Amino acid sequence: MYQYDKFDHQLLTERNRQLRDQVERRLRGEISETEFRPLRLMNGLYLQLHAYMLRVAIPYGMLSSAQMRQLAYIARRYDRDYAHFTTRQNIQYNWPKLEELPDLLDDLAKVEMHAIQTSGNCIRNISTDQFAGVAGDEIEDPRPYAEIMRQWSTFHPEFSYLPRKFKIAFTGATEDRAAVAFHDLGFKLVKNDAGEIGFQVLAGGGMGRTPMVAKVVREWIPKKHLLSYAESIMRIYNAYGRRDNMYKARIKILVHELGIEEFRREVDEDFENTLSQSLTLDDAEIARMQAYFTAPDYEDLPATDDSVDMLLESNKRFRQWYERNVTPHKVPGYSIVTISLKVAGVAPGDTTADQMDAIADLADEYSFGELRTTHKQNLVLSDVPLAKLPELWNKLKALSLGAANVEALTDIICCPGLDYCQLANARSIPISQQISDKFDDLDYVHDLGDLRLNISGCINACGHHHAGHIGILGVDKKGEEFYQITLGGSPGNDASIGKIMGRAFSGDDIVPAIEKVIDVYLENRQPEEPFLACYRRIGMDPFKERVYADH
Amino acid sequence: MQIIKDRAIVEDDWHHVENGEALPDGKIIVTLDRWREERDALIGRKNSGLGIQLSSDQEAKDIADDLEHFEVVSLHFPVFRDGRPFTTARLLRERHGFAGELRAVGDVLRDQIFYMHRCGFNSFVVREDRSVEDALKAFDDFTITYQSAADEELPLWRRRG
Repeated sequence: MYQYDKFDHQLLTERNRQLRDQVERRLRGEISETEFRPLRLMNGLYLQLHAYMLRVAIPYGMLSSAQMRQLAYIARRYDRDYAHFTTRQNIQYNWPKLEELPDLLDDLAKVEMHAIQTSGNCIRNISTDQFAGVAGDEIEDPRPYAEIMRQWSTFHPEFSYLPRKFKIAFTGATEDRAAVAFHDLGFKLVKNDAGEIGFQVLAGGGMGRTPMVAKVVREWIPKKHLLSYAESIMRIYNAYGRRDNMYKARIKILVHELGIEEFRREVDEDFENTLSQSLTLDDAEIARMQAYFTAPDYEDLPATDDSVDMLLESNKRFRQWYERNVTPHKVPGYSIVTISLKVAGVAPGDTTADQMDAIADLADEYSFGELRTTHKQNLVLSDVPLAKLPELWNKLKALSLGAANVEALTDIICCPGLDYCQLANARSIPISQQISDKFDDLDYVHDLGDLRLNISGCINACGHHHAGHIGILGVDKKGEEFYQITLGGSPGNDASIGKIMGRAFSGDDIVPAIEKVIDVYLENRQPEEPFLACYRRIGMDPFKERVYADH
Repeated sequence: MQIIKDRAIVEDDWHHVENGEALPDGKIIVTLDRWREERDALIGRKNSGLGIQLSSDQEAKDIADDLEHFEVVSLHFPVFRDGRPFTTARLLRERHGFAGELRAVGDVLRDQIFYMHRCGFNSFVVREDRSVEDALKAFDDFTITYQSAADEELPLWRRRG
């Protein structure tokens, strides 16, 4: 993975010195909260319901075991022994003190980490496919480009006061695991007709109160123009994005109001007159970045393992975990393991400091000391020898991290909701826990197959409910928490936005309603037909009739 | 009034002319509307400097063909969060080659000045309730910059060496 050089270290030192000064000026009352707000937000520090919340960047989800241990140390030293992995592949601390923030950031800097641009109206942490570099369906590893983009977007002088936040995602695979079409700006590595690899550029996707699937701005640009083309898109957005209404300020509204043709014309005109040819990437720079993301020293391993095959035969629980949490690796004899952070009784994405230390140890022992975070709030060990899977599974179970539910009903994406967040209309974590409790029969959940259920506590959609096969949205009805159900959303290649089923349900009625939705699926599905395909075939009506039958 | 110009505190000798105000002698900065209405009269003034001020919704291309007439282009930040003048500044410097004084006015605060400087601003009318001396420290916030911009032709990766 990427290693800082003296320039990166120097920049981070200077940043932490600057923020320490800003915090001290705030504590002395020399700057008002109104002025401090955008400064702290540019550094991931939110004022939540009960305390400050700090969001730490995990660029494109890559973590070393040493970084994970430091995150655990910070959870103990500055927080309450736990932390929360987010839907932007980041990590959040819920209880840091403003006075201690500068020291916390210095501790992060020791492992080349920071909280730069994890909030605010700027370019946020860049996300990518959690299987980058190891997936079998990859055209090219997107991480070198994500790092190039990270550096270019860090403290960009022109684009730090945008109309609204700005999220960028990369994928290099044929299957989109990074929800690229739901980003402000998305880059897909694709081949053109001549077989050359470049980027397809998408813009204007997003969730929130006006969910939109991104549109293609350019079918193909050469890799060398990644930054110049991105700069033109950012410039058009900075100049013309709406600033009169924060709910209409995202780039998706600009693309929608201008229309994709006019937006493309503006971008291309700027691009043809690019401000600096020096932005054009050369082969040497791309090669320099690629050298940070080379494959580890894989051994020549047999493609199958008898002990694993035997355990798959004899142990149903291992088989369920294997089918759900293990993904084929591009190198024979290796596997990609997803560690589910969707454990019954625990808020989705939460981990304790002790678990974080233990996971770091597992990464050292089984996966070349590296980890990835996923936008679905799980963790990944990307390079596990096949023969070690039974041993790893047993250790994960002992850590209460053996949940066999990746991409299943209980692999719920969930925002912090009204338990933490001042924007929320309703609690979301207790609903996810009720669902985990209700559907605690592993065989039943396993039989349901791929079923993505996402929960947001308000229309800002941090829990990605629009992209859930089943989405739950918290709404406020005269001071009471109610929940709407959407059906048919999808984050992948077939990206779609879920449709609202109808009237909202009370906190008591929402889980029974979800049960009815699942009953309708079970009664209607054809052999091997997943929920989403079934919904797309039979439509909303059968679900609606059943769920509202008694009302 | 003291302002920052070329990283030093100096006395400002430019006068911002309101739209209805009669044109005084001396160095004046006028609005885009005034420039469009009284272009010939403004060009015809003798022995006196001329500058123009753009609001944040006015663009570099609005004055791109007229830049030879202006010693100063002043860009107004109605609120520090309005980032449009950053783009306008870079376009004036890097696309349209404006070499005169590029001035930031309005909600100009220490914590944005480093970015303004990088985008090509070289003079700063710091908000009047704030210390100009304090704002001067902003130029030293960072010695490392990743990007090319008006102040730096090459991105860091071409300078790493």
